[in-house]
Parts: sequence; C-alpha cells; structure tokens
Amino acid sequence: MTVPIPIEQILVQTVNGIVSGMILALVASGLTLIFGIMDVVNFAHGELVMLGAFVGATTLASTGSFWLAFVTAVLVLAVFGAALQASTLRPLLGRDPLTTILATFGISLVLQKYALWQWGPSARKIQEPITGQFHLFYLEYPWYRVATAIFAAAIIGALWLFLRRGKYGIWIRAATQDRIMASAMGIPVPLVHTMVFAIGSGMAAASGVLFGPLGGVTQTMGFDFTLRAFIVVVVGGMGNLGGSILASIFVSLLEAYASLVVSPAQAVIASFVALILTLLFRPTGLFVPTPK
Amino acid sequence: MLALENVHTYYGKSHILHDVSIEVGRGEVVGLLGRNGVGKSTTLKTIMGLVRPAEGRVVFEGKDLAGLAPHKVAHVGIAYVPEDRRIFRLLSVLDNLRTGLERPGLSAERRQALLEKVYTSFPVLRERRNQAGGTLSGGEQQMLAIARAMMLEPKIILLDEPTEGLMPRMVGQIREIIAILHREGVAILLVEQNVRLTLEVSSRVYIMEKGQVRHHAPAAALRGNRAVIHQYLGV
Repeated sequence: MTVPIPIEQILVQTVNGIVSGMILALVASGLTLIFGIMDVVNFAHGELVMLGAFVGATTLASTGSFWLAFVTAVLVLAVFGAALQASTLRPLLGRDPLTTILATFGISLVLQKYALWQWGPSARKIQEPITGQFHLFYLEYPWYRVATAIFAAAIIGALWLFLRRGKYGIWIRAATQDRIMASAMGIPVPLVHTMVFAIGSGMAAASGVLFGPLGGVTQTMGFDFTLRAFIVVVVGGMGNLGGSILASIFVSLLEAYASLVVSPAQAVIASFVALILTLLFRPTGLFVPTPK
Repeated sequence: MLALENVHTYYGKSHILHDVSIEVGRGEVVGLLGRNGVGKSTTLKTIMGLVRPAEGRVVFEGKDLAGLAPHKVAHVGIAYVPEDRRIFRLLSVLDNLRTGLERPGLSAERRQALLEKVYTSFPVLRERRNQAGGTLSGGEQQMLAIARAMMLEPKIILLDEPTEGLMPRMVGQIREIIAILHREGVAILLVEQNVRLTLEVSSRVYIMEKGQVRHHAPAAALRGNRAVIHQYLGV
C-alpha cells in the first residue's frame, strides 16, 4: 500500500465494525448459550434470525409499528424455538454430536424452504424506526445504526443480569456446568434446555428485526449469520458467553478494517483467517484463559 | 422408608447390580461397604434415577421411583452427595447452595434460615460464600457438597465416600457432620471404604461383593467380627 489510509476512514470503519459486531453478538450469544448447556451445535440458528426478520417484516407491514413488530418477532420465535427443541432436539440429547448437527442442518433447510414458500423469493425491507442522520467526517451517518448497537448491547446486558441473578440464572448456569449434578439438585434440566433454546431463538429474532433495515430480509439471509456466528463462537471459545461477545466485535472490526484495503467480499477472508489461526493455536478460544 | 427390592442394573451389556435388596429406615444411618468396583456407587445412582434399573423396584415411602427423572427423585426428599463431590466449580459457594434453594413453595425466610443453619454448621462456607466453588480445598468442597444436599431438606442423604482423599482431621469433621444429620432425623445411606468410621456411625451395615449384597448385620455385631471384615474387605 502506497496510499496511506485517512484516519477518518478508519474511524468510520470502527463504528461500522462495532455496529455489525453487536448484531452478530446477539446471534452468537444465543448460539453459544445453547451449545454450552446442551452440546448442540445449532446449524439452524441463522434460519431463526431469518424467520424473526420475516415475522417482523410481516407484522410491520400490517401494523406499521416497528417496536410492535420487534416484540412480536421475539415472542413468536421464542415459542417456536421452544417447540422445536422439545420436539426435535430433546429426544436426541446425549446422542453422538453428529446426530444433532445433521438434525439442525435438516431443520435449517426446512425453514429456508418454508420461508420461500410462505413469503416468496423477493427481498423485503423493514423500514427503520429512527430515520435521522448525523455528521461523521465525510459521511451522513444514520442514527439507526448507532441505536441498533446500543439496543443490542442492552439486550445482551439484560441476558447477563438474567443469568447472574434470580432462579433461572442459577438453573441455567448450574445445568451448563454439570447437567447430572444439576438434576440431582432438583433442577428440571429438560425444562431448562427448552428455556435456553427459547431465549436463544428470541435473541436471534431480535437480531433479525434489527438487521432488517440494514441488509434487507431474504429467505437465504440465515446462512451468512450461521457462518459468522460460528466463527465468533469458535474464536471466542465454545460455550463462553463473554468470549463470544468480544469475538463478535473483534471479527467484525477485523472485516471492517480489511475492507479498507480490499473489497468487502474479500474482507470476509480475514474472519476465516482468524478462525483458522484460532483453531491452530488457541483451540479453546482467544478470550478465555488457557485451561490448566 | 427407602427400599431397593431385587434390583438389577446394567451399564450397556455389563451386569453391574445382581438382585440387590437394601433397606433404610426413617432417620437411620446405614453403611454400605465393599471393595472398589463392587457396585456401591451404582446402587446410589440407581436410587437417584441417574441409572435405570432393568429389574426390581426402588420404593420410597411406599412410592415406586422407577423411571422417575433425577430432579423428581430429589423433590420427594432424596439428596445425593457424589463421590467426586461435583461442585459447580464456576458458581460461587452461595450459588452452589442456591441450586438446592430455588424450588417452588420455599419462602424467602425459610431459604435464609436454611442458609444460616449450614453457615452455622460450616462457618468456612460463610467466609467463602462469594468465592468460586472450584477454588475451595478438597475438604471444603466436601463440606459444600454436603451443605448443598442439606438445602433440599431431604429425608435421606446418599453419601458416597465422603472421606475419600481427606486428611485425618477432616475425617473427624465428616464424622461430626453425620452425627449432626442423624440428630436432626435425616437418614443416611453411607458408602465408604473407611470401615472404622462406617461401623462407628451406622446402625446396620451391608457388605457388597461383585454386584451382590453378601452380608448384612448390625454394625455392633461387625465391630467385634474381624473375620467377616477381612473376608470381604481384606482389612
């Protein structure tokens, strides 16, 4: 590189990276929570994002309220996630991980085709609820993007508090660490699994609706989320909530900076390089202390 | 109160328990002795619902527990302190205790009273209440495992080798804890390698060998009978 990159561009990309990182963190924290407690690698997680976005877009079209659409999508997907877990994954608990990988992969295909059948192949747009812009160097930067990052951070903060305090937080953390001992202590572990899947699905729907105004809603949007969430869950350490959130921002910033020197499509390569290096040198994750 | 009736348990194809029948009366301390790998721990896991018996019944207060999920077994009043203690290592000491307190129908006052009670019996747990369970010493973890079981207000505690790997001073403390639980009317099914301790605290003792109960006698009778002890336990 002979031309130095202006500092303004770097700062704009920092903001961009943090915004997409927070949306990704919302997806990845659900994925990592589910993996942590039931050892299920949920390949349908991106499709839950997609379904959430469609439910949101449909509700928005009929009611005109973004926030009502948001709440509806989260609730519908939470109930859907609970039903999915109870009907499909609960019977597979304790089997070979390959079984659940195949099962969730199958679910992802079914959901994609269902979305195509139900909503058709054309992309939907979710109108952003906040339309203002502010001056960021050479850009008119939309407030909605900033609001998205703050809102996603608030949801993740609420999840953290939920896990730290209160009965269900204790149940979830205990069952994550030792399923058998948790059940011997009277904790209804199957119910806790369903609950965690519902929470993860609701959070996926939240990211789908928040992402809608930025990238559009299509029946194939889920795959990209699954892939990226996977990268950050591995980079952050499987099952480690804090690690996944840090990794979401780390990987998104990495991509944002890489797109300053190469095209955005090539910038994705940076995430894969991070993934492969993590697997080679820190397979337990970048943001966890080395296990003793 | 608790009875195993002709229980057979398998791990896959290997037949672990052969026709095991054991009984524990209300408030009674019963010892279960035997060498390593004779099925003592499997007996406790079978009661707890962690392993399903292929044949036979586990009856508690007249109710058959067969096929009940472990958390439901805990709800009827059976608590389990496993051999490897299984502390929730990343949870604080207080949160470890709370795993047994977050159950329906328990008032906030009752919860606090239960915590105060174990803090009085185990002052070290009060001191360490905000420390992660995994940072405790072996002896402290054993106390936490027993205290955690007490949070369920059980009618019986299944204690699996509580003195394993502990210093002699701690063994004395375990003996005291068993005495306290006994005074409070909690029944105990004690699995141990420590023959002396078991004969001291138990009223009756079962001796297992190769998955079967081979001998059953009042502890008092065994205390003077070195021959039986030697035959089954080699000590």
